[in-house]
Amino acid sequence: MTDWRHHARANRGILLSLAVFMAMFTLYVANHSAGLTPGVLLTAANKGVLLALVAMAQTLPAITAGLDLSVGMVFVLANCLAASLVQGTPLQVTLGIVAVLAAGLGCGLINGAIIVYGRLQPIITTLATGAVYYGIALALRPTPGGSISEGFADAMTGQVAGPVPTMLVVLLGVVAVVWLPYRRSVVGRAAYAIGSNETAAYLSGLDIRRAKLTAYALSGLLASLAGLLLTCLTWSGEASAPIGGTYTLNSIAAVVIGGVSLFGGVGSAIGAVFGAFVLRTIEDLLFVFDLPPLWQPLFQGAVLLVAVSLGALRLLKLRNRLDVYG
Amino acid sequence: MQALVRAFRRSIDPAALIVFACTGVLLAVGSVYSANFLSAGYLLQQLQVAAFLGLIASGAMLVILLGHIDLSIPWVVTVGGMMSTALAGWAPDWAWAAIPFGMLCGAAFGLVNGLGVAVLRLPSMIFTLGTNAVAQGLMVLHTGGFAPQDHATPAMHGLAVGRSLLGIPNALLVWIAVGAAMAFLLTRTTLGRYVYAIGNRERAAYLSGVATGRVIVAAFAISGALAALAGILLAGYSTKAYQAMGDAYLLPAIAAVVLGGTNILGGRGRYAGTVAGVVLITVLQSILSVMQMPEAWRQVIYGAVIIVMLLVYGRGARSAG
Repeated sequence: MTDWRHHARANRGILLSLAVFMAMFTLYVANHSAGLTPGVLLTAANKGVLLALVAMAQTLPAITAGLDLSVGMVFVLANCLAASLVQGTPLQVTLGIVAVLAAGLGCGLINGAIIVYGRLQPIITTLATGAVYYGIALALRPTPGGSISEGFADAMTGQVAGPVPTMLVVLLGVVAVVWLPYRRSVVGRAAYAIGSNETAAYLSGLDIRRAKLTAYALSGLLASLAGLLLTCLTWSGEASAPIGGTYTLNSIAAVVIGGVSLFGGVGSAIGAVFGAFVLRTIEDLLFVFDLPPLWQPLFQGAVLLVAVSLGALRLLKLRNRLDVYG
Repeated sequence: MQALVRAFRRSIDPAALIVFACTGVLLAVGSVYSANFLSAGYLLQQLQVAAFLGLIASGAMLVILLGHIDLSIPWVVTVGGMMSTALAGWAPDWAWAAIPFGMLCGAAFGLVNGLGVAVLRLPSMIFTLGTNAVAQGLMVLHTGGFAPQDHATPAMHGLAVGRSLLGIPNALLVWIAVGAAMAFLLTRTTLGRYVYAIGNRERAAYLSGVATGRVIVAAFAISGALAALAGILLAGYSTKAYQAMGDAYLLPAIAAVVLGGTNILGGRGRYAGTVAGVVLITVLQSILSVMQMPEAWRQVIYGAVIIVMLLVYGRGARSAG
């Protein structure tokens, strides 16, 4: 097999979700009354990057054949923390940002520690810790409110170098600084190995505990970064269970659309980013096509169901019926 | 004699025992706070409230035993409540059919879930998420577009809050009937055996000649019907069906099943454990609300209790060695 074909096959998930996203976004821009202006791009980026970061957060545990059902709640907790801490002098703002990200990292570490040392199932662990994180967020902020440093918020939701949305730059930065080094590192490779076959990974001498701890900790960190950026958009903090739940569920959907297998070992955070963009663009498309608001939830649900059902196409390639049963 | 002792020991579910003991401790702690916690009236009322969660958890358990999960519970509960009240509005002559109709709609969603998992072979976690979104969309369209009746029929109301036999709440009787049927299904029927077999290793079950697809579809359909039945009772309890009425039940249902000793990966677990888990969660929620604990700390305690209980006895095998 030639080199480029090999690469195309290895990155099929990314390419497919990128193609779907490009097609949908072109359709969106073509039907938008304003066309492709920096303003349209900025709005799309600001909405898309939040979910993209949460989807990246979901990718890391998914690669180890785990799942983090608390990402949405860490996101909400970071939102509430940021609305109290990130204000004042530049030094205070910086310290506030560090505190918010550290809290997210801490939440992720707790998840990882319970899963690794407590030997509990990731799904049920993160379901329970998610309730705890949501409770803390609600205790911090019983009613929506708070504020964030105007300068920081404007800088994050604005544009740099002319028309480029800052959020996209942040996302690219996270991919370059967190994801790419992680993927190439020993812990990153170990995460893929665990997802493919944990016993084989263990017998090969990989440090399974460290790899899992890292995956969950980074997941918490990325979710809290998304929560921080949400605060820049809304200028307030809100402990909302529906928002947390929606982001958790959408992150799972984005990950699957982006070609990450929930069975572990396959996929990339970059695919998950495009998966998140696809989900966001669906909402925008409903807007430009003037679908009656009542029909929107049904349409969104149907698109989600059809999108995940495309995964069934793999059945056509199976030669042996037994392979169906894994 | 020895055989009898052994049979007795086997019939006791350690997980259920631990969970019931914890419930007892909770009630004892609560009784320090208020003597009401040990009164028969309070306990019966708790069991009535527990019945809603119990019905949902019964279906969830069946699916979890298969090694799958049903995330469509929240809106299938709502479908049950809304479709049954709507039928009574559309055709008053058919009001008697409201309850079976609601359950049928729930079973239909369960059927779709089952087909997606068994035939399309998609991960249940993601496919049921999709059907949940579709159910939500349909219900939003239904309430917004057709302004249906949302008031519960007298039969639904009576089933949810009435007390007929010896002052036992009807809702509890429904749960007892469903629970008995579920325990029978799991321990005494081939379908039940197949459920455990598939949960342990579907490939082996398939090679042994089990029509695994049909079993999976049946389990999801039962789960959908039971979630809808809970929705019907909830609508009767609060006299009307409303949107998102099932949202508060997904986590407690899964938590109850897992606390009751059912392996979240499938293949292992007993119904008695699920009953214990449901009672524990209901009593915990009740005590926290009687103590006027703010919602925030209730969530923290709730999550922490689940983690701690699982750490005490629900740990998986040491990973890979």
